[in-house]
Parts: sequence; structure tokens; C-alpha cells
Amino acid sequence: MITPFSYLGLLRLVLPQAIVVIAALCALSVDLMFLRMSETRLRCSVGAIISLAGCAAAIVWIFHAPQSANVLDGMLVLNHLAQRIQIALLVLTMLTILIFIGSTFTQHVSEYLALILLATVSMMFLVSTQNLLLIFLSLELLSLSLYILTAFNKRSIQSVESALKYFLFGGISAAFLLFGFSILYGWSNSTNIVSIANSIHGPSLDPLLIVAIVMTVIGLGFKVAAVPFHFWAPDVYQGAPAPSAAFIASGSKLAGFFIFYQVMVIGLAGAEGSSSWHAYASGWVPVIAIVAALSMVLGNLVAILQTSVRRLLAYSAIAHSGYMLLGILSHTNQSLHALLYYAITYALTVSGAFAVVALVEEETGGDTLSHFAGLSRRAPVPSFCMLIFLLSLAGIPPLAGFFGKFYLFSSVLTSAEGTLSLLWLVVLALAMSAVSLYYYLKVLKFIYVTDPPTEIAPMRISALRQVVLCLIALSVVLLGCAPDLLLHWL
Amino acid sequence: MNLFPSISCLTIVPLLGAIAVLALGTKSTKLARGLALAFALIALAITLTVWHRFNPASGGLQFEEVHAWIPVLGVQYHIGIDGLGLLMLLLSAIIAPMAMAASWQIQQRAPLYFSLILMLEAGLFGTFTALNFFHWFLFWELSIIPAFFLIRLWGGSQRATAATQFFLYTMVGSVTLLLAFLAIFLCTGKFDFMDLAELARNGQLLPAFTALGAWHHFTVEKISMVLCFGVFLGFAVKVPLVPFHTWLPATYAEAPTGTTMLLTGTMSKMGLYGFLRILLPIFYTQLRWLQTPLLWMAVATIVLSAYAAMAQKDLKRIFAYSSINHLGYCMLGIFSILKFTGNDPALATEKTAAMNGVFLQMFNHGLTAATLFWLVALLEKRSGGARGLNDFGGLRKVAPVFCGVMGIALFSSMGLPGLNGFVGEFLIFKGVFPLAAWPASVAVLGLLATAIFVLTILQRVFSGPLQEKWSQMSDLTLGERLALLPVITLMFVLGLCPQLVLGVINSTAMQMVQQLRF
Repeated sequence: MITPFSYLGLLRLVLPQAIVVIAALCALSVDLMFLRMSETRLRCSVGAIISLAGCAAAIVWIFHAPQSANVLDGMLVLNHLAQRIQIALLVLTMLTILIFIGSTFTQHVSEYLALILLATVSMMFLVSTQNLLLIFLSLELLSLSLYILTAFNKRSIQSVESALKYFLFGGISAAFLLFGFSILYGWSNSTNIVSIANSIHGPSLDPLLIVAIVMTVIGLGFKVAAVPFHFWAPDVYQGAPAPSAAFIASGSKLAGFFIFYQVMVIGLAGAEGSSSWHAYASGWVPVIAIVAALSMVLGNLVAILQTSVRRLLAYSAIAHSGYMLLGILSHTNQSLHALLYYAITYALTVSGAFAVVALVEEETGGDTLSHFAGLSRRAPVPSFCMLIFLLSLAGIPPLAGFFGKFYLFSSVLTSAEGTLSLLWLVVLALAMSAVSLYYYLKVLKFIYVTDPPTEIAPMRISALRQVVLCLIALSVVLLGCAPDLLLHWL
Repeated sequence: MNLFPSISCLTIVPLLGAIAVLALGTKSTKLARGLALAFALIALAITLTVWHRFNPASGGLQFEEVHAWIPVLGVQYHIGIDGLGLLMLLLSAIIAPMAMAASWQIQQRAPLYFSLILMLEAGLFGTFTALNFFHWFLFWELSIIPAFFLIRLWGGSQRATAATQFFLYTMVGSVTLLLAFLAIFLCTGKFDFMDLAELARNGQLLPAFTALGAWHHFTVEKISMVLCFGVFLGFAVKVPLVPFHTWLPATYAEAPTGTTMLLTGTMSKMGLYGFLRILLPIFYTQLRWLQTPLLWMAVATIVLSAYAAMAQKDLKRIFAYSSINHLGYCMLGIFSILKFTGNDPALATEKTAAMNGVFLQMFNHGLTAATLFWLVALLEKRSGGARGLNDFGGLRKVAPVFCGVMGIALFSSMGLPGLNGFVGEFLIFKGVFPLAAWPASVAVLGLLATAIFVLTILQRVFSGPLQEKWSQMSDLTLGERLALLPVITLMFVLGLCPQLVLGVINSTAMQMVQQLRF
């Protein structure tokens, strides 16, 4: 059913996205037309300012004119929550851009910024649709931008190699996703996830639907780097330029989880099944339960062995994906809030951590643990920020990571399937969080205890970066101490 | 009632101090320790004003502050103190500057050291005032982390093992505690200790556990016992109660003395405080089912640790075991109160006496044990690290003042009438005998053993022939004498006039006993 609507009205609804696209084009054209001959620093600053202004304008617009709409049978669904997620995504993009300022890995600064903004636009569409086609399109636009962002450091063979891996895995998983979506469409005769849910009847599932569920989980599981679809993550996190890695780990993850939740909980309502101990029933919940358990175990255990901090963060990201999948599993309203709180604070924390990694790489030329040795004496402020980030990732109170885990796990205990039915997963998650403390503390030990191998000259760090780091660290502490600020806002 | 949030300030002051010391103290050790001591003294001053403004006639909570914090989880910022909390605050506020004074000589990374001590103090204040599990647990954990680093970085030769052992034991206890409280939260939706105690008194807590009963078809009673055990373990490790004590001697012996003073003086009280504030009001039904084994566990703690102390050759280890022994009396008092006595007013009086004794003993032991460890540190400083029971002899001749002060502290620890140690132990035994005669009688063996090893120390270290190598040992300096003077005075004052403290805690003890009696 197609309802009549005006294009002007549509434009009002997607104006934030339009603003970001315009900012991307502006950044490109200003750079290409006027600054061709200028220094990279200047071009970088101008481009970043334009991009930041675009994001800020989009945020202001969303705040200024909150919309609520459902256009074209779920093609564009705007509500309070979706818009808040859009704001969060824009903020994370701004952080990525701030981390990018001063980077030296590329001459093509405006192209880089434009790609980041385009990726942001695709994420903003992704979180504001309930239509399979548009979900797929946005995911593809996002993925294509991310492949290029990963390969952006042309001087580094690692960057190119990881991008190729990312691209190949991404292509295959997109095929799976599309296959799953096409089965869903053929089965329910609709691409709107609400209508798909309406055509699911009864506790016993159509075998076709089960195939569709598995395919969809593969496609979306790739997006959030869950085991066993995680193989790209360590290479990408290690090879990609630091801002790209931060962006993939933060914004893309938040958007990925939100849409994962939408597709599973709204689109496959009625096909949940159950993963309770001794009360198994087929559906999407047990599939995700297996993926979550594997992610938590494998991510945490393999992270212990890593000597590269970026790879360590990658495996810890896989583990965190496992925790966050628990929020999808229990599919209550509370667990959605817990999941979003977790995803947003995690994104903040991890982009901060990547900012520190970027600093260390620029100064010491590498990201292995030994490059971090004695960092506290060379750069006390970033070291302290890293302390906060890593402890938050480990879930130490009173930081945001602690409350995130606490709220998430307690919401999983009171899941839709009944109190304590998912206890085994929570116990596993708690045990694995204890394991994670080990490798986070190992990094901190190198920063604070181990002596640096050679001379200790204090690092020169631009004031902007210090301010950005401190702001992220402050927000991690603040959101941990007063989580209601974020929960209430969502 | 009161507009100024003094209790919150009390927790914030050391925390600010910790940050200030870290930020400003890197230039010079002197500045760092001066600043740290100043913050600790400010905290002491605030505690004294709170003590002054406290209304001793009321046994309920005072200085309460309640603010909404995380409404989705029913978490409130709820703090307040009664007589017990106040006493513990005062103890922490006294011990922290003492610990700093005892660590005055530390040169290596001094700013970090003093900052960690202040952080620990903040954790203690927070634990003794918080009434909502959520932030109470934060502070409970906050105090473990600085303690771990204090032991790990400044401890003796075996510090790595000791620190790990300390951390693992307390962590296991904390985890079971956390899990138990999460389960309780899941059933009742409440984190507030006062609300939970209220539920327990109304008999609504046990039925609430049916939500968990669906899982594996446990009976409600069994589940409540499991939860009770989880909480119990968290506190029993901290106090510690035999057989959960094995971390303690190594930790106390290896920790730097300032830290040992805080560990024995205040952190062990966190465990006892947990028993009194949390476990007893919420789980008294379950504890009552287990009263007999618990009583004998307390007796084992008293007797075994006293005899273990007799067998030690290292002064620090002797005092470590003696510490377990003294806290065993508190545990004995607490468990004897569980006895069901109906409406017998005479036995209620005995219970109140025991409860008062427990409070007093907590305070006195903190004071005395911290002083003893301090004196050992002073001895170590003079002897170049030797602190064996048989390393010395005849020190009375070269260091008479030191010997006198140590004698006073030792006799106080032994419970000599006239000194502070006596009153608490006397009240505990007075209360426990009518309530649990056999355990009390066996526990007296612990008193005997204590007397033996205290007198042995006096004999081996201070009297007898003077060894040649110690003939140049110096007596206490003027500064040390002045630093020790207040605490020695306090020992006499509390011994001669226990009413100073009893007056403040009596109504709280009475109310606690009343709430347990049905």
C-alpha cells in the first residue's frame, strides 16, 4: 500500500542525512577547488571543520525538530529512539574526525572525510528503516565506505591486505544476508519487517524460515564481528588507519547492533524459540545464543595471547559483541535499553582507546605491547585516559563499562522467556569478563610498570588531542557514575 | 534535619586528597606526605564534628541522605550512620593518620603510596556509611584495590605472592557476595539494606525467593541458605573466620606496616560491619538455623589462632594471628546473639551487653592492633629489618620508653583491666556465657593462650640479657613519642571510662538486638 506523500515532507524527514551529504560534498569540493596546492595540515583542518560543522548542524536539526513518521510502509521510520541513535552516531563520527585531525597517513584528506560522512549517512538510514531492502542498501553503502576507509593507508601493505580480506568476507556475508532476506521476502511476500513478523504463526517453524534465520544471522553477525564470522576483525583492526579502525569499532558497531535487534526482535517476532537450559526450542534465540557464547569464549581467550594492542582490542571487540548479543537474546524493552547503553558507552570507550593507540603509533612506530612500555612517563595524560578506557572495558566500577555490564546482565536474567532462563549465558559472560581483566591489566602493566626500553623523552601531543581524550574519558566516568543521564535520554 | 551533607563530604575529602597528592606531590616527597596527612586530619576533624552532633539517645539512623540515582534499577544514593557506623568512622579516621605516620620514612614513589592510603580511607568511609548495596559494593571493592597495590609495590620479600593471595581470597568472597545480592535484587527488586531488612522482619523475604525456586526445583529454604552462604563468605573471608583465614598471616607479615595497620585496624572491621549491618538483619533466620556450627567456628577461630600465635617466631605473624583471635571474640558475640530467647528480658539484656561488647571490641582491637604493628615497625627500623621473637633480648635497658609503650599496648591486647582491651572482651563474655555457655567456656582457652604469648614477647624481647649487637639501639625519638602519645592516652581513657563510647553505641546495640528478637 502506497500512501500519497509530498517530497518536501520527505526531505524534512531526511534533512539530517541531507545535511551530512552536503557537508561531505562541501569538504570535497572546497579541498579540490581551493586548497589543491596547500599544505596537508591546512587541508585537513579545513575539511575537518566543514565535516564537524555538518555533523553538528545535523544534530542541531534533529534536536530542533524531532520527527515521528512511518513513510512508505516502513521504508523510513522515525521515532524518538531512532533519532537518538542518529545523534549518538553523529557524535561518534565527530569523535572519529577529531581523532583523524593531525594524522599523516594520507594526502587525500577530503576524500577520507567524505567517505566517513557517507558511511555516517548510511548508518543514519540504517537505524531509521524497517524495510529489508533499505536495510540491505544501507548496509552495503556502509560496508563499501568502510572497505575503502580500511584501505586508505596506501603506503602500508597491511592496510591494503586487511581491506581485501574485509572486502572478500564482506562480499560473501552480504550474499548470505541477501539470500536470507530474499527467502524472507518470498516466504512472507513483504519486505517490511513488521509484516514479516505477522506472517509467522505457531511454535513450529517452517524449515525455510529456519534457513532464512541462519542466513540473516550470518550476514548481520559479520557486521558486528561475532564468532564464527569474525575473521576479518583482527586484521582490519590491525591494518586499518587508526581513525578508520575506531570508526569501525564504534559507530558501525552501534548501528549494526541496533539493526540486528530490529530485524530479530521485530522482524522475527514469533520465531524466537528458546535457549533456556533444558528447554531448548528452535528459533533465532538459540542461534544467537551459540554465536554469543562462542564470541565471548573465543574473543576473551584469544585476546590473552595477543601482543599487538590493536589485535587485542579486536578480540576484545569480538568478546564485547558476545556480551551485547545477550541483550538481543533476552529481547525485552529493558534489554534493548541496556544494549544501547552498552553499545554507546563501548563505542565511546573504544574510540578513545584507538585514539591513544594512534598517538603511540605515531610516536613509536608500532602498536605492540613493548611500544607501550613506560608510556605513563612519556605521556601521563593519554596514559591516564587509557587506564580509564581499559578499566571501563574490563567492567571496573564506577566506570561506564561496569554499569553497562551490570545493567545488561541483570536485564538478561529477567528475559522474556522467564527469570533465570538464560542464567547459563550470564554465568559464562561473568566468567569471561573475569578473564578479560587479565589482558586489559596486562596492557596497563606495560604502560605503568614496565620500564621503557630506551630513552624517555616526553611525547609532544597536540592540545586538541589531549582535550578530545580527556573529554572521552570524562564522559566514560560520568556515564558510569550517573548512567541515568544516558538511559533517560534514550 | 541537616542541610550540610557531612557524611558525603567525609567520603569525598580523602578522595580529593588522593587526587591532590597525586597531582601536586610529584615534586617532593615532603609535600606529598604533608598534604596527605593534612587531608587525613581534615577527615578526622569532620568525623569529630559528626561525633559531636550525633544524638546518642537515638538508636536509629542519623545524618541520612537519600537521592534518586538510577531509577531503572531502584538504586538510590542512600547513606547514613548509627552508633556502629559512627564508631567505625571514628576508628578509620584515627587509624589512617596513624598509618601515615608509621609510613613517614617511605621514599620510593611516596606520592603514590600516600594517595593510595587516602583512597583506601575513602573506600572505608564509603563502606561504613552506604546503605544501598550498589554504591556500598563500589566502596567495598574500592578499598581492596589500593590495598592490593600497597602490598604489591611496597611489601616485603614475598610481596607478590602475598598480594595475589590477598586479592584472590577477598575477590572470591566479593564475587559470591555480589552474586547473592544480584539474586536478591532479582527477587525483590531492592538494593537498599534497610528495605531488605524490613522485608526480612515482615517475613516477606523468604516467599520472594520463589522466583528463583523455579530453577532446578530448589525449595525456598535451600535457596535462602545458598544466598546466605554467599553473603556470609564475602564477610567471613574479610574478618577472617577460621577456615577462611589462610590469606591473612602472609598478607599482614608482607604488607608495609602502614598498610598492615589499615588492614587489621579497619579493613577487618569491614567484614564485621558487614555481618552486623547486612547479614544479621537480612538473613538472621538462616543464620539461626546454623547457629551451633557458627558458634563453634567462632570458638575455633579464637582458640586455634591463639595457639597458632604461640607457635610463631615472627612478631608480625604473632600479631597477625592474635588479630584473628581478637576478632573471633566479636564473631562469638555476634553468633551468640542469634539464640532464640523469646521474650525473656534478662537474656535480652545479656544480648545487649554482648552487642555492646562486640562494638567496643571492634574499636579497641583496631586501635591496639594498629599500635602494635606500628611499634613493630619502629623496632624494625632500629634493628635493620629483624623482627623475630628470638632476635632480641633485654631491650628494656637501652630503650625503656619503647619498652613501656609496647608493654601498654601488649597488655591492652591481652585485656588487662584498666586498659581499653578489657572492657570489650569482658562485655562479650558477660553476654555470651548465659547465651551459649559451652562455646564461651572453651573460648576462654584463647584468653589463656593470649596471655602466654604476650608475656613471652615481653620476656624474650625486653627482658633477659642484652645482646651485644643491640647495645647501640636508640630509644623512641621525641617525634615518635608525640605521635604515639594520643593513642596510648586513648587506650587508658577508654579503659577507665568506657562510657565515652558506650554512651554513643548503647541505643544502637539495644535497637539491633530488639529487631532480632522474635
